Amino acid sequence: MDKPFAITLDVGSSLANKTGSWRTERPLYMNSLPPCNDACPAGENIQGWLYEAEEGRYQRAWQLIVADNPFPAIMGRVCYHPCQTACNRAQLDQPVGINSVERFLGDVALQEKWPLPMEAVESGKRVLVVGAGPSGLSAAYHLRRFGHSVVIRDAGPKSGGMMRFGIPSYRLPRDVLDAEIQRILDMGVELHLKSPVTDVLAAKEEGSFDAVFVAVGAQVGKRAYVPAGESAKILDAVTLLRDMEGEERPLLGRRVVVYGGGNTAMDAARTAKRLGAEEAIVVYRRTRDRMPAHDIEVEEALEEGVLIRWLSTIKSVDAGSMTVERMELDDTGFPQPTGEFEELAADSLVLALGQDTDLSLMQDVPGIEIADGVVQVDERMMTGVDGIFAGGDMVPSERTVTVAVGHGKQAARAVDGWLRGVAFEHAPRPQLATFDRLNTWYYTDAPKTVRPTLDAARRVSTFDEVKQGLDEQTAVYEARRCLSCGNCFGCDNCFGVCPDNAVLKLPRGSAEGDNGRDYAFDLDYCKGCGICVNECPSGAIVMIPEP
Amino acid sequence: MSAEPIKFYQVGSFAVGNRLLDITERSAQSDPSRPNSINSGHRACQGCGEALGARYALDAAMRATAGDMVAVNATGCLEVFSTPYPETSWQIPWLHSLFGNAPAVATGVAAAMKVKGRETRVVGQAGDGGTVDIGMGALSGMFERNDDVLFICYDNEAYMNTGVQRSGATPPAARTATTQAVGDHPGNVFGQGKDLPRIAMAHEIPYVATATVANLRDLEAKVEKAMQMRGARYIHVLVPCPLGWGSASKDTILLARLAMESGLFPVFEAEYGEVTSVLPVRRRVPVTEYLRLQKRYAHLFHPEPDASTLERLQAMADRNFRRYDIQEVDV
Ligand SMILES: Cc1cc2nc3c(=O)[nH]c(=O)nc-3n(C[C@H](O)[C@H](O)[C@H](O)COP(=O)(O)OP(=O)(O)OC[C@H]3O[C@@H](n4cnc5c(N)ncnc54)[C@H](O)[C@@H]3O)c2cc1C
Ligand SMILES: Cc1ncc(C[n+]2csc(CCOP(=O)(O)OP(=O)(O)O)c2C)c(N)n1
Ligand code: SF4
Ligand code: SF4
Ligand code: SF4
Ligand SMILES: [Mg+2]
Repeated sequence: MDKPFAITLDVGSSLANKTGSWRTERPLYMNSLPPCNDACPAGENIQGWLYEAEEGRYQRAWQLIVADNPFPAIMGRVCYHPCQTACNRAQLDQPVGINSVERFLGDVALQEKWPLPMEAVESGKRVLVVGAGPSGLSAAYHLRRFGHSVVIRDAGPKSGGMMRFGIPSYRLPRDVLDAEIQRILDMGVELHLKSPVTDVLAAKEEGSFDAVFVAVGAQVGKRAYVPAGESAKILDAVTLLRDMEGEERPLLGRRVVVYGGGNTAMDAARTAKRLGAEEAIVVYRRTRDRMPAHDIEVEEALEEGVLIRWLSTIKSVDAGSMTVERMELDDTGFPQPTGEFEELAADSLVLALGQDTDLSLMQDVPGIEIADGVVQVDERMMTGVDGIFAGGDMVPSERTVTVAVGHGKQAARAVDGWLRGVAFEHAPRPQLATFDRLNTWYYTDAPKTVRPTLDAARRVSTFDEVKQGLDEQTAVYEARRCLSCGNCFGCDNCFGVCPDNAVLKLPRGSAEGDNGRDYAFDLDYCKGCGICVNECPSGAIVMIPEP
Repeated sequence: MSAEPIKFYQVGSFAVGNRLLDITERSAQSDPSRPNSINSGHRACQGCGEALGARYALDAAMRATAGDMVAVNATGCLEVFSTPYPETSWQIPWLHSLFGNAPAVATGVAAAMKVKGRETRVVGQAGDGGTVDIGMGALSGMFERNDDVLFICYDNEAYMNTGVQRSGATPPAARTATTQAVGDHPGNVFGQGKDLPRIAMAHEIPYVATATVANLRDLEAKVEKAMQMRGARYIHVLVPCPLGWGSASKDTILLARLAMESGLFPVFEAEYGEVTSVLPVRRRVPVTEYLRLQKRYAHLFHPEPDASTLERLQAMADRNFRRYDIQEVDV
């Protein structure tokens, strides 16, 4: 080629200069565990389904929830949402309203009648599930998805366990409960009601089951000894709440006293109000900050006119009245009697002192270990007897619906592995995406959407749902408040901020990039400056030494 | 603000892209087929703010002109690291002549295009030395004649290419090779230097703006707006330099952001000599937060804090808040 005067070389591109050789460190796309996911007892991929919901892909979002938890609409109403307590956004303004969005998705799914996924091939194995509470149902669902045939036996007249016979309908409407349970049965799970199991080994034998998951809950209301006159009306909260599901409304009288400080006490007092009691008084021996009931439950109870007497115990009960002793906290925070007594007019006393288990179906089985009234299990949820697994309220746990669902899932995985003879292994837990790993500059501020609450008056007089759901716009908006902690959300920052154009952006959703991302590093040119790592809002890139 | 900020879409308009926005509303930089006016393989330092700023600005100008433009470059890092003979990083028509004459050459190119009856637009560009010092005479002439050129200054606050010598844009107290951190008043002196955006405004040209690499959408909007106008236009972009500032290469964008949020670098637009918009700050910070990350200010903190100098620098920032009426907003 003829070159101009004084020019001896062809024009070349700087692409010939591979600046990647300058690097001593390199960026790496790496997801870490969002605190919400970490805190979810059912192991939901919350960040993942919020990401889908943000773009209005509700069915995809819902499918991600039910991959772990078959009850989104129930969760959205009764879960105590430890995810929100852990949510990083709380350190910026307020936590993402994860629970409301979950409920929105759960309700859309029921409306649209989206079926649960069921694509596994039949394994030919049979598994017996004892108890149709949340734990048993969750296990049945996951076992069915693994291709096993599942039979559930429950002693009660209806399924749902404490979700039906404990949690009042004003918090969990029965049509929602029924619909989400029916979806599981539609997968081909067999349910036998009024079919108590009295001997777990015999039941396994009889039905020639390959494995058993037991989740009989803690259904027996604890009794405390309170001296009582003959005509005194005393009942326990669990019985009261169970009777609410029967044909006849329990009779409590005009003035009802509830003894205890947990969520069950709140439910019992609020139910008493709804049954027409003029006064519902909760008597609790400690102070509010020591109450095991969740704040929101206490607040809603107080709003509805439930009265609470702190630092009090009940000494004796007679027809129409009872004697209450004032307590004082000692230095260790333990309530001590003061010798000061008071009369309290009351027509009935409801004991809400916690629940005990009834483990008669397995307490004599050699190898089953029972301590403190609960069955001991290993990390697979397996009892001391090979092939007998257990979960939910009857094993050491926090006793919530969500924990029970999580146990069911974990047990189903372990049962499946055990049936196939695969050694149990915990999935490795990625590093936690803590707040300090985020670059919060990029997120815009937004106030939390508060769920509209029906006004207290309406709530007390009916069994309507207390909390209303979010409309679509608010739900999407709430989902978009998520910071996507530790996980790429396609903000293009890394692609944009690289001074060396060393980040490639690939077609959206193609996952053709590094580690399944839509982005890849061009290591021929990346100089390892670290800007992309610094400017990634969600902390989804790390710097590692050059290998 | 020249770009309307977007609220509630998770990252609003602060991140480069936003998958929740319509494609037409996204930045030029988020486009996978952006021109990459300056290509990979250039020899800028790790984390160079100037290479980044130039790509941001020129890609936006390319989008605004549908690719019909030419860039004229003064001598300086941007020119040297992009064109070691016989390689070039430029994927746009690009011309280099001398250190001090880029505005004059740009004027000439614009005149030539006019004579030839072409619509091709012209962007002139230089470092701060090439703009506020050696190029200032030519630039002032270009402004005065209202020549049809957008001139962009990539301000890294010293003569970086020749080894970090002080320029008329070097801030007070900063250490450079020619303003060492020695004596009673270490670093660059107070009370000297040139505020070129205000000098440009004094020429009453159609458009003057400042911007940083920490606010891409704002920078893009300003370039776009400038390219829609005719006559002499000037944009002054703050581009942190890890080498000259003694900062970590990963902190380039962070430093530009802190310069903005502390008030030391006010981000505004002016038309015909009058300020028309000022970018509000979201999280106001004391100047120390910005200064501390740079070794050129290390003598202000070690062996013990130089409280009076830090106060004078804070006073400069506070003055900018007053002078430009910078608002603090919560978005
Ligand atoms: C009043 C009340 C309110 C609550 N509110 C909440 C709440 O808002 N949020 C929350 O997360 N948790 C709440 N809980 C706790 C939650 O309901 C329980 O932790 C959860 O239901 C436990 O699930 P499970 O499957 O282990 O047992 P259960 O739900 O108790 O179900 C056990 C099932 O086993 C059956 N069964 C028992 N024995 C046998 C047998 N021998 N043979 C066959 N079947 C048998 C029972 O009939 C029952 O259906 C509440 C509990 C109560 C009592
Ligand atoms: C007339 C002339 N004097 C001096 C130089 C040497 N020189 C080349 S680049 C440069 C400094 C450029 O500084 P600046 O314009 O701020 O750009 P930077 O390198 O900082 O980006 C100097 C002094 C030159 N090329 N021409
Ligand atoms: S911001 Fe999103 S990803 Fe992070 S903890 Fe909260 S819900 Fe989870
Ligand atoms: S910067 Fe944005 S696009 Fe890049 S990895 Fe982080 S979240 Fe994903
Ligand atoms: S910003 Fe670019 S050069 Fe710097 S580490 Fe990331 S990919 Fe590499
Ligand atoms: Mg310079």
